[in-house]
Amino acid sequence: MIYFDNSATTKVDSSVLATYQQVSENYWGNPSSLHNFGEKAEQLLRQSRRQIATQLEVQPTEIYFTSGGTEGDNWVLKGTAFAKRQFGRHLITTEVEHDAVKQSMRRLAELGFEITYLPVDGEGRVNPADLAAAIRPETTLVSVMAVNNEMGAVQPLDELAAVLADHPKIHFHVDAVQGIGKGLHQLIFNDRVDFITFSGHKFHAPRGVGFIYARTGKHLMPLFDGGGQERGQRSGTENLPAIAAMAKAVRLVKDHEEQTVAHEQALRRALRDYLQQFEKVHLFSGTGPHFAPHILCFAIEGVKGETIVHAFEEAEIYLSTTSACSSKKGETSSTLRAMGVDPEIAKGAVRISLSDQNTMAEVEQFKTVFARLYEQFKALS
Amino acid sequence: MEYSEIMVRYGELSTKGKNRKEFIRQLGQNIRNVLKPFPAVVVKAQRDRLHVLLHGQAATPVLTALQKVFGIETFSPVVKLPKDASLETIQTTAEAMIQEHYQPGQTFKIATRRQNKNYPLNTYGIDDGVGSYILKQFPEMQVEMKHPDFKLQIDVRLSGIYLSSVTIPGALGLPVGTGGRATMMLSGGIDSPVAAYMAMKRGVKVDMIHFFSPPYTSQQALAKAKDLAAKLAAFGGTIDFIQVPFTKVQEAVKEQVPEGYLMTIQRRMMLRLAAAITLDRHCNGVFTGESLGQVASQTLESMRAINDVTSLPVLRPLLSLDKTEIIKIARDIDTYDLSIMPFEDCCTIFTPPTPKTKPDLEKTRNFEQLIDVDGLMNEALAGIEVTKINVGDDYLNAQEDVFAELL
Repeated sequence: MIYFDNSATTKVDSSVLATYQQVSENYWGNPSSLHNFGEKAEQLLRQSRRQIATQLEVQPTEIYFTSGGTEGDNWVLKGTAFAKRQFGRHLITTEVEHDAVKQSMRRLAELGFEITYLPVDGEGRVNPADLAAAIRPETTLVSVMAVNNEMGAVQPLDELAAVLADHPKIHFHVDAVQGIGKGLHQLIFNDRVDFITFSGHKFHAPRGVGFIYARTGKHLMPLFDGGGQERGQRSGTENLPAIAAMAKAVRLVKDHEEQTVAHEQALRRALRDYLQQFEKVHLFSGTGPHFAPHILCFAIEGVKGETIVHAFEEAEIYLSTTSACSSKKGETSSTLRAMGVDPEIAKGAVRISLSDQNTMAEVEQFKTVFARLYEQFKALS
Repeated sequence: MEYSEIMVRYGELSTKGKNRKEFIRQLGQNIRNVLKPFPAVVVKAQRDRLHVLLHGQAATPVLTALQKVFGIETFSPVVKLPKDASLETIQTTAEAMIQEHYQPGQTFKIATRRQNKNYPLNTYGIDDGVGSYILKQFPEMQVEMKHPDFKLQIDVRLSGIYLSSVTIPGALGLPVGTGGRATMMLSGGIDSPVAAYMAMKRGVKVDMIHFFSPPYTSQQALAKAKDLAAKLAAFGGTIDFIQVPFTKVQEAVKEQVPEGYLMTIQRRMMLRLAAAITLDRHCNGVFTGESLGQVASQTLESMRAINDVTSLPVLRPLLSLDKTEIIKIARDIDTYDLSIMPFEDCCTIFTPPTPKTKPDLEKTRNFEQLIDVDGLMNEALAGIEVTKINVGDDYLNAQEDVFAELL
């Protein structure tokens, strides 16, 4: 089989899984327990946190473990909205965010917060001037994703940060769930960025675990109250096996970042060059540094995305209609809509998302299958 | 910029008269100790200055290590040129230094000193030659003779020409080891490491005494105290960590002594043991982390009742500091995060709900007769273990290597 749906989830790395298993078997004490067995678990938790911090060149106290991207986004958004509500009730995000951000914003709107959704251009990118115009004295949060999960656009975080440099009190959140290990470290860890969301299962760690980076001195209201874990900010017994496994996955992804990016770029370029030849193919992911190396979004005019996905799965090639989370709702991609793509064409959108484990041989195989299917589709439409 | 050496200027030493030689020797020794991780580096302790010759070692980590050494007033990274270096060489070296440290908008001055009268240019010639060259390279620079933000020092000496542009403040104080030797009662809390640091700042070499009470206190509590000692070793080299088994004493006191006097008599036993160890190790005093009025044992009345057991100086560098001041220092010396880790130590077990804040000395002496002071002392002293602790030692995370394989 060929797995081209890595933005939905990645396969757990076998050595990461080994860590998960060993920690489950040998260090299953509760890190909050006083006894030595619990203390060992606590030490492992500390060391995992330290390792992630070192890899990302931040302080261990700036890392908070979560259950994944959705929790991280919910926490930063709601945590900021509630913590800073006496200073204002206006929040800013974009029209192309993941549902974890969009639906959180919708919920906050129900609770009386006002949300501005920034538009994007034809490449799916936010214009910093739009951000500057949207900021009000009562704005408390700006949340912008690093890499769009549907078509791979990389947002101009440095330019947005420059706009926010004059507004030091506004929390600046970056959803970097699709952005780790993609050669974007300097961009994402901009000095002006206060919060960053990560999710383990997007980089070969288990699912159900993630973390946020929270800059020293920036406060959120906790969403989970209880035993006071994570320095009182996120209660709940720590998922230590998954956290240790994720710490290992972070190391692996950072160790191989350069090769991975080059490899994915080469695969993506080959796919793009190939698809470009077909008359009815529309490519939504561009080339160059404004696009992540691992995502390629395209449509075949006149064919529904779902039809394409199923046609490929016959050949055991797994891709996705834009985002996995929204694909079963049968909606056209809101990202493509925001980019001004004709809805008729957007209906045919599918996403190939790569990981370091994909190969050029798979790309070749994909091409063969694609050529055959394309002829079939053409006959149909 | 590749620096050839770091020039270290001495602190209070200039006032020490006949002891000066000893201070310089000790400082040289302490600096060699902290610079052990940099094998290329050679330390030359001379009468007026101490020279850390880098021999290719990058300056930055060495500068960081020097910042913790007591007895240093200031230090500067220096480039040494041959004694007959041309004006042109001085000019380009100066330019490189300015590029590294100068911040736009700062005012600027060149200060030349000439010891080598054979150098073809005089002070004025060098000032002028380098200055006009620099102004050509950095046209926006403003010269300011009296209080410049940025001063480039050029020393023309018999041994060579030395250029430096930054002066970094040192830790001040006196070199550890020149102020005699004392013991320190190190609990594991916030205060005692700070007190130890302050003792070391005055040149005192301290041996750490730690009371532990298994099974009431955990191995982690002991490991934490050792890690605190390792943090303190950064300021004065290897530390002797003396662990004293205290369980029997605490149990006996708890059993025999009325509740209100538990704490006072426990403390008297601790100080008695500390005094015995102090004399045995030829030390001349006991340091503690006590701060007046902080807890029940730290009132004047309590101190008098506890101090009653020894005539040795009991030294309390934190006596008049507030908790917030103590915490600030603890953060500065990087012991705070360790200190607040939650393990019970022997001071916090068996604490009565309402200890006497003003114990009566006579009553204290009388109640103490209920326990076998000498027997308990001898047993505790017989169980002492001593560990040499170095900077960087990590006892709490002794599992680290095992975990490193998992991660």
